[in-house]
Amino acid sequence: MNENEEKNCNCMDKKLKQEMQEIMNQYTQVKDNLIPILNEVQMKYGYIPQTAQKEISEYLNIPMAEIYGVITFYSRFTLKPKGKYAISVCLGTACFVKGSEKLMERLKQRLKIEEGETTPDGKFSIDSTRCVGACGIAPVFTVNGEVYGRATVKKLDEVLDKLME
Amino acid sequence: METLEKIRKIREEKRKELDLRVNSNVGTREKHILVCHGTGCTSSKSPQIIENFRKILEEKKIENVRVVQTGCFGLCAKGPIVIIRPEDTFYAQVSPEDCEEIIQTHIIEGKMVERLLCQDIDGSKVQKLDDLTFYKKQRRIALQNCGKINPEQIDEYIAFDGYKALEKVLLEMTPEEVIDTIEKSGLRGRGGAGFPTGKKWALTKAATGKQKYVVCNADEGDPGAFMDRSILEGDPHSVLEAMMIAGYAIGANQGYIYVRAEYPIAVERFGVAIKQAREYGILGKNIFGSSFEFDVDIRLGAGAFVCGEETALLESIEGKRGQPRVKPPYPANQGLWLKPTLINNVETYANVTRIILNGADWYSSIGTENSKGTKVFALGGNVVNVGLVEVPMGTTLREIVYDIGGGIPNGRDFKAAQTGGPSGGCIPKEHLDTPIDYESLKEIGSMMGSGGLIVMDDTKCMVNLAKFYLSFTVDESCGKCTPCRIGTKRMLELLEKMTTGEAEPEDLNKLEELAVNIPKTAICGLGQSAPNPVLSTLKYFREEYLEHVKYKECKTGECKALANIQIDSEKCKGCGMCKRNCPVNAIEGEPGKTHKIDESTCIKCGTCITVCPFHAIG
Repeated sequence: MNENEEKNCNCMDKKLKQEMQEIMNQYTQVKDNLIPILNEVQMKYGYIPQTAQKEISEYLNIPMAEIYGVITFYSRFTLKPKGKYAISVCLGTACFVKGSEKLMERLKQRLKIEEGETTPDGKFSIDSTRCVGACGIAPVFTVNGEVYGRATVKKLDEVLDKLME
Repeated sequence: METLEKIRKIREEKRKELDLRVNSNVGTREKHILVCHGTGCTSSKSPQIIENFRKILEEKKIENVRVVQTGCFGLCAKGPIVIIRPEDTFYAQVSPEDCEEIIQTHIIEGKMVERLLCQDIDGSKVQKLDDLTFYKKQRRIALQNCGKINPEQIDEYIAFDGYKALEKVLLEMTPEEVIDTIEKSGLRGRGGAGFPTGKKWALTKAATGKQKYVVCNADEGDPGAFMDRSILEGDPHSVLEAMMIAGYAIGANQGYIYVRAEYPIAVERFGVAIKQAREYGILGKNIFGSSFEFDVDIRLGAGAFVCGEETALLESIEGKRGQPRVKPPYPANQGLWLKPTLINNVETYANVTRIILNGADWYSSIGTENSKGTKVFALGGNVVNVGLVEVPMGTTLREIVYDIGGGIPNGRDFKAAQTGGPSGGCIPKEHLDTPIDYESLKEIGSMMGSGGLIVMDDTKCMVNLAKFYLSFTVDESCGKCTPCRIGTKRMLELLEKMTTGEAEPEDLNKLEELAVNIPKTAICGLGQSAPNPVLSTLKYFREEYLEHVKYKECKTGECKALANIQIDSEKCKGCGMCKRNCPVNAIEGEPGKTHKIDESTCIKCGTCITVCPFHAIG
């Protein structure tokens, strides 16, 4: 790491620490606030950075290992950043019956990554969700939270083509 | 007493103002345009519809017309839905571009917009919501306010008898009388197991300890079930009020609602409800002049199915990994922070205020001998009217699938219905006429569960379905006990062998042995019920398993490794549907002549099987 990068890195860390303080100050220092804090961090950064874990550990007086245990237990929390376009295919039963498995396969085939992974250029990531409650327009997939209903492989291809441009 | 008088006044005045929502003969020039703002309709642009309506009304300077965002109307397949009151006109699949025409034709000229009227099962256009076959066999108790009121306005809830049950309880009833009423009503837990609600309340009340808690389980994990979300989105105050009644009955002053973070709209609306109730002095100290105090906080789930299990949910509220505890002790004695805790599901709570106001006898007159009241089902899968339906217990599956659901689309046949999600089982054709209640579903190898009801047509492979559910359980197993952590994994591996043609004859026995033994040894409901999808499909579709194992054949083509997709030259009319829909252009053929699949390019996605109008591909 050259000097510049190091400076940059420290700077980022500092900013994150400050933001973490702002998030954590809304909560009292009791253990049951761990999950609410993690939820906010996940929503803000799209993942839970290690620095954030350290900050939480100190604030709530919970060992890092235990925090890691909680993060890896819940599927909403991730340790790696998601892609610029986070695509999520619903694999709930209603969508499954209407063929969402095919959407997932097509997605993996086209992006050449597996579920839970991000493309090397950081542009796309694939996830599965269990039911977003839009069963009326199944099968559905979402791109950064926006729901695409009554999806087909063709429709998915069209959306991908557009995003890849 | 100040609060109480204020609320009574709101109830009286607001009720008059909103009479046109329920009474189509009311003599008023005012109109309310109700737009569904539930998750399904929101995904198909209902917020923009609301915005457009408001904009146009303002531009044209039309008064006496109000645009109201409501909860789910239930018929999600036809969303976004717009209803105009008092005339009760039902417009389906409305797009933001249609707003102009609706205002011009309906509001200004007083005529119906024919093309947007909803089509009933028989193909006729229906004008009113109540005339739709979909609603005729339903009885809405838990969902009674969904689609009627604006969930973000406490006054609208109060107008329709909101917080009247709480008033009755606090001013006229002792905690014992409340519990007695709930017990007599016969209400049972709607979250899955069907434990008598009144008994649970009585046990928690009897537990020793000064500090007690009321918890609402809104971690609706069953994929394909969305009734709890719809209740929270459409009528959050009814759940809040019921939690308060429960608090009074068992002697608790603090409540928690545990909601999935995947339900942002529900979380937001419940948050608004709590805030409003606090502002009105409904939540807080000395409620309605009594000595009762109560407050509620929201806790978010973070995507773990097992947290729907009550003790895992408690662990999660405490900030830990959501792993279930060994029972007993039950939460009624040692729950949240080891204090006596009452946990009920959203739909269970949604029934409580209605029971208090209308009486236990009224409630117990609905339903079957041991299952009282109604049940909300999330009807999904291969059925015409996908959506939320609420029917009296004892309604048959046939009535739900065919009369309310409108049957199977694309001219396909019914194969099975799945209830209870990953913990439930498949119900085949021969049991279509079983009246549905807790006991009858158990007898035929399924369970009520939270109320997901997924219909499957004859293009679905039951072995593949069992594999789908097992992969879900394996994903969601918390890992605490061996039978669930390792047992379900082994079951999944066996099913994978079957669907890829690598299974040996004894694998079927191994699968069955595991399926029988895991329920006896796992510690929580998740593991104990995980083999149900396998057990029930083995019971009713054994020959399909045999085809996969013995003959390496999957007739539906869903198991790709076994699939041999071909076009039947006798049935093919050369319509070109398959060719047009094939994502990899693997189908060739002249119009009017038999088409052919190029096996080297075919990815066996099965799209052609589904779209073929002549059922010629398989």
